[in-house]
Amino acid sequence: MNRTKSKAFFTSNTMILVYVILAFSVVVALRQPAFLSPATPINLCRAGLFTFCFALCEMLVMITGGIDVSFPAIGCVSMYVPMVLYDRGILPDNGLYFVLVALLCGLIFGLLNGVLVSYLRIPSLIATLATSSIASGFLAFAFGVKDLTAMPTAFTKIYEMNLVTYTDPASGLSYPLTVLIFVPVVLAVVMALILRYTMGGRGLYAMGGNLSAARIVGFPVRRLQFTTYIVSGLITSLTAVMYVILMHNASTTALMGNEMLVIAACVVGGCSLSGGKGTIGGVLLGTLLITLVQNHLNMLGIDTRWQTLAVGIVLLFGVLMTSLQAGRGKGRV
Amino acid sequence: MGEVFVELKGIKKAYEGVYALKGIDLALRKGEIHCLAGGNGCGKSTLIKTISGVHEPTAGEIYIDGQQMNHMKPLDAIEKGIQVIYQDFAVFPNLTVAENIALNTEIKDRTKVVSYKRMRELAGKAMAQIGADLNPDARLEDLSVAGKQMVALCRAIINNPKLLILDEPTTALTAKEVQKLWGVLRNLREQNIAILLVDHKFDEIRPLVDRLTILRNGEFVSSGLISEYGHVRFQKDMTGHDFSTEKYRPEPSDEPILSVEHISSKGNYEDISFALSKGDVLGITGLLGSGRNEIAEALFGLCPAESGKIVLHGKEVKLKSIKDAVKHEIGFVPEDRLTEGLFTALPITDNTVASSLKKYVRAFGLKSFEMGENTKTWMKRLGVVAVSKDVPVSSLSGGNAQKVVLGKWLNTNPKLLVLVGPSVGMDVGAKAEIHAILRDLAQTGVGVVMVTDDLSELVENCNRILIVKDHKIIKSSDNSLSKKEIEALLMGSDQKEEEA
Ligand SMILES: Nc1ncnc2c1ncn2[C@@H]1O[C@H](COP(=O)(O)OP(=O)(O)OP(=O)(O)O)[C@@H](O)[C@H]1O
Ligand SMILES: [Mg+2]
Repeated sequence: MNRTKSKAFFTSNTMILVYVILAFSVVVALRQPAFLSPATPINLCRAGLFTFCFALCEMLVMITGGIDVSFPAIGCVSMYVPMVLYDRGILPDNGLYFVLVALLCGLIFGLLNGVLVSYLRIPSLIATLATSSIASGFLAFAFGVKDLTAMPTAFTKIYEMNLVTYTDPASGLSYPLTVLIFVPVVLAVVMALILRYTMGGRGLYAMGGNLSAARIVGFPVRRLQFTTYIVSGLITSLTAVMYVILMHNASTTALMGNEMLVIAACVVGGCSLSGGKGTIGGVLLGTLLITLVQNHLNMLGIDTRWQTLAVGIVLLFGVLMTSLQAGRGKGRV
Repeated sequence: MGEVFVELKGIKKAYEGVYALKGIDLALRKGEIHCLAGGNGCGKSTLIKTISGVHEPTAGEIYIDGQQMNHMKPLDAIEKGIQVIYQDFAVFPNLTVAENIALNTEIKDRTKVVSYKRMRELAGKAMAQIGADLNPDARLEDLSVAGKQMVALCRAIINNPKLLILDEPTTALTAKEVQKLWGVLRNLREQNIAILLVDHKFDEIRPLVDRLTILRNGEFVSSGLISEYGHVRFQKDMTGHDFSTEKYRPEPSDEPILSVEHISSKGNYEDISFALSKGDVLGITGLLGSGRNEIAEALFGLCPAESGKIVLHGKEVKLKSIKDAVKHEIGFVPEDRLTEGLFTALPITDNTVASSLKKYVRAFGLKSFEMGENTKTWMKRLGVVAVSKDVPVSSLSGGNAQKVVLGKWLNTNPKLLVLVGPSVGMDVGAKAEIHAILRDLAQTGVGVVMVTDDLSELVENCNRILIVKDHKIIKSSDNSLSKKEIEALLMGSDQKEEEA
């Protein structure tokens, strides 16, 4: 009994993912010893921060059995609208107002997603595609394409707040780790607790596993779904604010094209496209793998132009892994 | 007899103007097992859904504990103590046994914070009550059908139901699992619970139920104590006409169709040989895991033989993959038809022609008129009850959906047709129809091989029988065997298996 249990553990998808990450790291480290420097984890944190936050939103939606492709556009609206308002002097030099406006944008578009999916019963892919078009269309129509860089002084201060800074003795370059890293950490912990220990959280898994059964058992299915999209919109806008702070820049298309990457991180991390599956730990590992591939492929001497292809391969690997596992469960494929 | 718990008077229900129920009366008593029987699509599931508040009846009255119910919702029914185990069990494949059992109660208790310890305790208590022994932390997707059903039962029991409804609980169970389920239900009857059961296998329900109600095409036909019914009346009331259960005895022929010589596949089957001539219907039976399904799958390239040879119409054929099998015009009706054989969102027509599209290809597009005509013919021959050929399969009743899968394969005009459980879930009328079709096919030179658990089906329709045990043929007969003899052969070393 115990033996089979531990065997199941070592061959679980999560562990396979860990092996792949380790293998990749070892290969990179062998070719480029610099990989082992403390700068690497700091870089990974910085690069993976946004992907991870978006992946958390995506995971929520995927657990309920949907898919969300609107977060890049919602994120862009949530960063650009307050940026413009600040630029034109409508918003005072106060970070809080900025955040509130951003959250409001996230709320509005999250609401739109929620209404389309849970009340009008439009398939989530179509609904979020529509929301995405509306959001980016609105940006292009109202503001054009100018990049903005002026932001509240509070943001500049946050930008300068670092947890640790590592200075490379050889090159003299410094690698700061922002305090904003706490945001995804807190988010992840809170979400993990909600998903595992509240009825609402279990309801998300239940409806992803069997929607009609969830209804029969008495879960408020529509309300749960609706809430999911709103929460997802809010987290997206929060992430967009962090982007502004860390990148010192906002544009109407800054986040566009991220959806593939984020969906890949989720799927590789064990979220099922048919719903009902997904854990924070898995998504964290998935994000780590994707970020590693994205940032360190060049260290293997592979041209950066291959990045998209590489992400595609990783995504395929993730999907294959789940379907193989499902086949194994059935005994025969 | 116990007091009446639920009473229905003149229940009518229309789907888009078509009546699925045309005025049904029904009384369910405490401490009584009541069986609802009737042909596929006669409205049994629909009736259940009106009792459980899923569908509101178009007309009629529902009384629970003497109180009239209006605009009943599923939660109202649950609060009144009505628990339903649906045909598909409505369980969560991605959650654990404990969660599946306890979530419902947690919602009812308006729990906000989940305690896994409490859920495990609740689940343990429910499992003890019905004598189920499952790992509370196992995921449902890893359980057998019987296991999933036990979970569904536990979930119902935990709510202290006064009425327990089971919609076709035995379709996917083996004979042994059915006996276990009956034991559980008898035990619940002792606890003064009313039980309503949908099942149309008379032999199966006779030892269990107290009362029987039969529907046909949405109408009430008869109702009474089970002792008032025999095989003949049961079949007559179900279908409206008598059936002869004449055994199939084709003219002997020496025109060979299929010959299988010493095929083996390690761990699946060993040294299997049999031959099939024109007119023969070959039946394979055996216990679960005996290798009976694998032998059938060998003929469709799903579980290819590693040695030995297969000769079809005088030519040796290699069946290493489904592609090979299709090339040699072999049709295969799988056991799990609902998930393996259908595109449920698509209309009946598309499903019927799905495996024979080649027939309908012309220079530009498809011959849609012929597709429709052929579909209509099969619907008529198989007795598919549906509004039209253009409705999605998802709107069909369970039994009718299965008929569509069969039609799909019959429409390919196969040279050899392999069926696993050809009539699982079908009512007597449809069964008889399918058996007649299979006999016809055999007479016209199509090889018919079926794997079945249903011994009546086996002895009545197969003129050649193979009994498989531990991956070998233990008996090959030209059907001089009776059901009893076959049972004895199957059970021979059964005791041992049970302990293992
Ligand atoms: N949601 C629906 N929309 C339209 N028609 C429906 C719907 N559900 C059932 N029907 C029709 O109502 C009739 C009765 O169906 P029901 O499922 O009650 O049959 P059943 O007696 O349970 O049959 P089976 O033994 O095959 O399960 C069928 O003709 C079916 O096509
Ligand atoms: Mg039914």
